[in-house]
Amino acid sequence: MAPFFIRETLVEYHILSYNLRMPNYKFFDHTADIGIEISGRTKKDLFANAAYAMFDILIDNNESKIKSTEKTQKGQKTITVKGSDVEDLLINFLRELLYLFNGTGWVVSHCEIIECGNKRLKARLIGEPYNKKKHSIKSEIKAVTYSGLSVVKQKSGWRARVIFDV
Amino acid sequence: MSDIKLEKIDANRWLLPQTGGMKVPGIIYANEKIYQLLKGDESARQVANVAHLPGIVNYSLAMPDVHWGYGFPIGGVAAFDLDGGIISPGGVGYDINCGCRLMITKLSLGDIKSRLSDLTTALYQHIPSGVGSTGSVKLSGKDQKKVLEEGAKWAVKAGFGLQEDLETTEDGGTIAGADPDQVSARALERGKQQLGTLGSGNHFLEIEVVQEIFDEAAALAFGLRNGQIAVMIHTGSRGLGYQICDDYLALMVKHAHETGIVLPDRQLACAYIDSARGKNYLAAMACGANYAWANRQLVMHRTREIFEKNLRMAPRELGMRLIYDVCHNIAKIEEFSIQGKMKKLCVHRKGATRAFPAGHDAVPARYKSVGQPVLIPGDMGSGSYVLVGQEKAMEETFGSACHGAGRVMSRTQATKVSQGRSISRELADQGVLVMASSKGTLREEMPEAYKNLQDVVQVMHESGIAKKVARLKSLSCIKG
Repeated sequence: MAPFFIRETLVEYHILSYNLRMPNYKFFDHTADIGIEISGRTKKDLFANAAYAMFDILIDNNESKIKSTEKTQKGQKTITVKGSDVEDLLINFLRELLYLFNGTGWVVSHCEIIECGNKRLKARLIGEPYNKKKHSIKSEIKAVTYSGLSVVKQKSGWRARVIFDV
Repeated sequence: MSDIKLEKIDANRWLLPQTGGMKVPGIIYANEKIYQLLKGDESARQVANVAHLPGIVNYSLAMPDVHWGYGFPIGGVAAFDLDGGIISPGGVGYDINCGCRLMITKLSLGDIKSRLSDLTTALYQHIPSGVGSTGSVKLSGKDQKKVLEEGAKWAVKAGFGLQEDLETTEDGGTIAGADPDQVSARALERGKQQLGTLGSGNHFLEIEVVQEIFDEAAALAFGLRNGQIAVMIHTGSRGLGYQICDDYLALMVKHAHETGIVLPDRQLACAYIDSARGKNYLAAMACGANYAWANRQLVMHRTREIFEKNLRMAPRELGMRLIYDVCHNIAKIEEFSIQGKMKKLCVHRKGATRAFPAGHDAVPARYKSVGQPVLIPGDMGSGSYVLVGQEKAMEETFGSACHGAGRVMSRTQATKVSQGRSISRELADQGVLVMASSKGTLREEMPEAYKNLQDVVQVMHESGIAKKVARLKSLSCIKG
């Protein structure tokens, strides 16, 4: 299923405003929740794209809505995440980012995966405290679920499916 | 529904035969129309997956509002033997003790018709809703511990409500065995500022009017009469509950290999009820459940204050009384007759409501002669039903009934279908005033995204699990 119009517009907007790489993901239909299929050339790309996808579902990041004098200071965090396998690692990584937002009010705008094995990864994040003038919330994500989870390596690169409880 | 074949038992039940690693068969409550909808998603597969879990008793069940969830289907009911059975955080859900409470007033439609818009605006302004909304009550660490241990009881002691409110709350608004030491620092932190808030998604507060009475005797016992104004609140344990579920799910996935349990879906990760991890989860889940009861109690208290202030009425004049409060995402240790013997079981209700019959010990004294009120909120604007639990529920569904209409359309589909339409205008045309902090939520929650509530309720009524008592029409709705 192709991403529908609104999301495409937002994806494009993200590129313009944040100079992010194209967040390669699309929605698949799930009755109660939101399912996304993410792709990436490498495993590191896949994980970074998953992070962008999640924040794209969560918030509309609109820099132009605030005055230049109000601009918040962006900060940096480095996180290390572990998992029992690559699928568990992806869930734990997204979980950690979701907690940064839901639990501490920190919005991730850039993500670089420094190291990525199958059971451990290290990521450098750039983000800022949530600012309601700038960040309009699109959807609440309660949790990242294991339901229907898959992470696979294909000829063309990596693909993953994740379902969020919303 | 992929490769799963269901066999018709009768007009309202379908058997999911036991195959492969399933330990018991499944039963799905559905009429022909709902059965057709099942074909479109994976919920039957999820009913089969739950049947694989150790210690499951009799059947893996699904209520007629069943739909594709994560791990357990939404609308799923499963009971496990305390000896050799499991407890699964995913079988309770992230929103621990998400539930409903219905309050009745002495007002009639004529009393508030001209004030409805003002009143709804006041509710919208003073009851925090929306993603990450924070409440007016800021808890100290000591108070929060009390909330987790005592639930709605804490709220009433702290001045947020009346003693009688507790009498008509499931389990008196407190689940026993709560241990705040089993709750993570992250969960506690998230819970500190969200007490007294509705949250987002399908959570809401509605002003409703009783439109139809089906069972005069039960309606009389519940205090429901035609034309009466009521308020329905639907919310749960907010970020605290989500975090508790997530923490324990991560822990149980991490240690899954130690239990030796083969899981068809990792989201079903579980622990044996009598294991340390199982006990710790139950103690943490109880904290989440108690937080949710305190939350609904606070929202109700605020609603009372707003009604009194806005309508310039004394509490006695308004007479806002709690009919009942039910949880529909929970695991409970309850006793049932299994092959003629009374047995304690751990009943998971993931999007299902307790529906105990007349005479049961857990039914409040004032309803003992008719049975427990079963509150079924509809989708936005479609009103609600009040049912009453029946003996058949004890025999067939571990004392459980449906919990709502159940989605048929995904959120993305709903958003697509509603392009270019004003959902709030459409609802206004049907006489329902809606105030929401997010237009996106309105679209995702549009009425067409849900099954017809009447069909769902009718299946419960005809199968004798819970009987219809009254139907309420929505007048206004506030949402996140």
